[in-house]
Amino acid sequence: MTAPPDDCLARNEWICGAYLSTRRQILLDAVVQHLQLTSLSVLIGLLIALPLAVLARRWGWAAGPVLAVTTILYTIPSLAMFSLLLPLYGLSATLVVAGLVLYSLTLLVRNLLAGLRAVPQETRQAARGLGYGPIRLLLAVELPLALPAAMAGLRIATVSAVSLVTVGAIVGFGGLGNLIYAGMNTYFKAQVLTASVLCVLIAVAADLLLLGVQRLITPWTRAGRARAPAGRKGPRMRVSRARAGRV
Amino acid sequence: MSTLAATWHWLTDPAHWSGDDGVRHRLLQHLVLTVVCLFLSCLIALPVALVLGHLGKGGALAVNISNVGRAVPTFAVLVLLLLTPVGRWGEGPTVVALVLFAVPPLLTNAYVGMREVDRGVVQAARGMGMTGRQMLLRVELPLALPMVLNGVRIAAVQLVATATIAALAGGGGLGRIITAGFNLASTPQVVAGALLVAVFALVVEGVFEIAERMAPGWVRGGR
Repeated sequence: MTAPPDDCLARNEWICGAYLSTRRQILLDAVVQHLQLTSLSVLIGLLIALPLAVLARRWGWAAGPVLAVTTILYTIPSLAMFSLLLPLYGLSATLVVAGLVLYSLTLLVRNLLAGLRAVPQETRQAARGLGYGPIRLLLAVELPLALPAAMAGLRIATVSAVSLVTVGAIVGFGGLGNLIYAGMNTYFKAQVLTASVLCVLIAVAADLLLLGVQRLITPWTRAGRARAPAGRKGPRMRVSRARAGRV
Repeated sequence: MSTLAATWHWLTDPAHWSGDDGVRHRLLQHLVLTVVCLFLSCLIALPVALVLGHLGKGGALAVNISNVGRAVPTFAVLVLLLLTPVGRWGEGPTVVALVLFAVPPLLTNAYVGMREVDRGVVQAARGMGMTGRQMLLRVELPLALPMVLNGVRIAAVQLVATATIAALAGGGGLGRIITAGFNLASTPQVVAGALLVAVFALVVEGVFEIAERMAPGWVRGGR
C-alpha cells in the first residue's frame, strides 16, 4: 500500500472518506448479505409462527407449551444458539438463518397470539352469524384485527435480527459482522465504525419501512385520534416480556 | 450421533474443568461479571428511572431507549470499545458493554411501573400530606415493584447473553469455551460450551422464576 502521508487510512482514523471510496464493493457485498440473512430469517419465522399461533389460539391447551418452548429458546444466548446448531448445519449461512428463525419465532408467536386473543368475541360471533366459515373467519376477520399487534412483533423481530446477524461472523456469515470481526483482529477503526453504523442504519430503516407498511395495511387504526404505535398498549405483561433485547 | 458422544466426552473429561481456561474458572468469571454488572446497572438505572417516573418526565426517553438498545448490535459495541482506550483494561470493554445493555430494560420497566401506579392512590397520598420523597418511597415504589423486578429479570438474562458475546472480543466468561472450540475446529468443544452457556442462562431465568413464585403477593403484583 503506497498511501500518501496525509491518508486517513494510513493514520487509522475512525472516520475516513478514503475507506468508503476504496472499499465500496466490500461494504456493498456485506450489506447485501446482511439484508439477505435478515429478511430470509424473519420471513421463514413468520411462515412458521403464523400456523403455530393460529393452532395455539384454536386449541387452548397448545398455547402453554408453544409459549414455553419459544421462551426457552429466546433465553439461550445467540452465540450458544449458533453453536448448538453447528452439528446440524456446519459452517454455513443456513446455520445463521436457522438460529435467527428460532429467535424471531418467540416474538412473532407471542404477538400474533396476543393479537388473535384480543379479537372481541362479539366480532367473531357476528361474522359467524353472517355465515363465515372458520377459514374465512380467520382470513377476513381475525388476522386483519390481529395485524397491529403482529406488526409490532414483526418490527421487534426484524430489528433484533438485524443486530443479531453480526454474531454470525463466528461462522463467517455475519453480513456486516464479518467486517467488524476482521476489523477487530487488524485494529482497523474505520472499518469497524462504518460497519457498525451501517448496521444501526439498516435496523432503523427496516423499522421505519415496516411502520409504513403497517400504516398502509391497517387504515382503520388511523381513523379518529392519532395513537401510539401498536405494541405500546394492550396487555402489559405480554408485551413487556417480549421487549427484552436479544444478544 | 457421534457429535453428542464426543460432546459428552468433552464435558466429562476432568482436564477441561480445571485451570485458567477450564469450565470452573470460566463459569465463575461469567457469574461474577453478571452479578457485578447487574448491581452496577441497577445503581445507575433505577434511581434515574424512579425519579423520572415520580416526576412524570422523560417518558419518551424511557420508552425509546429500549428500542435503541435493540437496534445496536452488542458485538459491534464490544469491538468499538475494544479499539478505544477502554480496550487496554482487560475486562473494560466487557463491563462497559454489559452495563450499557442492561440499563435500557431496567430503565424502561421501572419508569413504566412508576407511571402505571394508580393516579388516585398517588393523589390520596398527596392529600394525606405526604412529601414527594415519602410518596416515592412509601407509595409509588412498592406499587411499582413488580415491574421494577421484571426489568431486573430481563436485564439479568440480557447480561448472561452479553457476557457470552464478550468472548468474541476476547472477554472472559463461558463464551470463551465456544470461541476456543471454533479456533481449534473442535465441534464437540463448541457444542459443549454452547450447552454450558444455554444451561447457565436457563438456570438464571429459572432462579428468577422460582423467586417470583415464592415471593409474597404484593411483590408479584398483578401477575
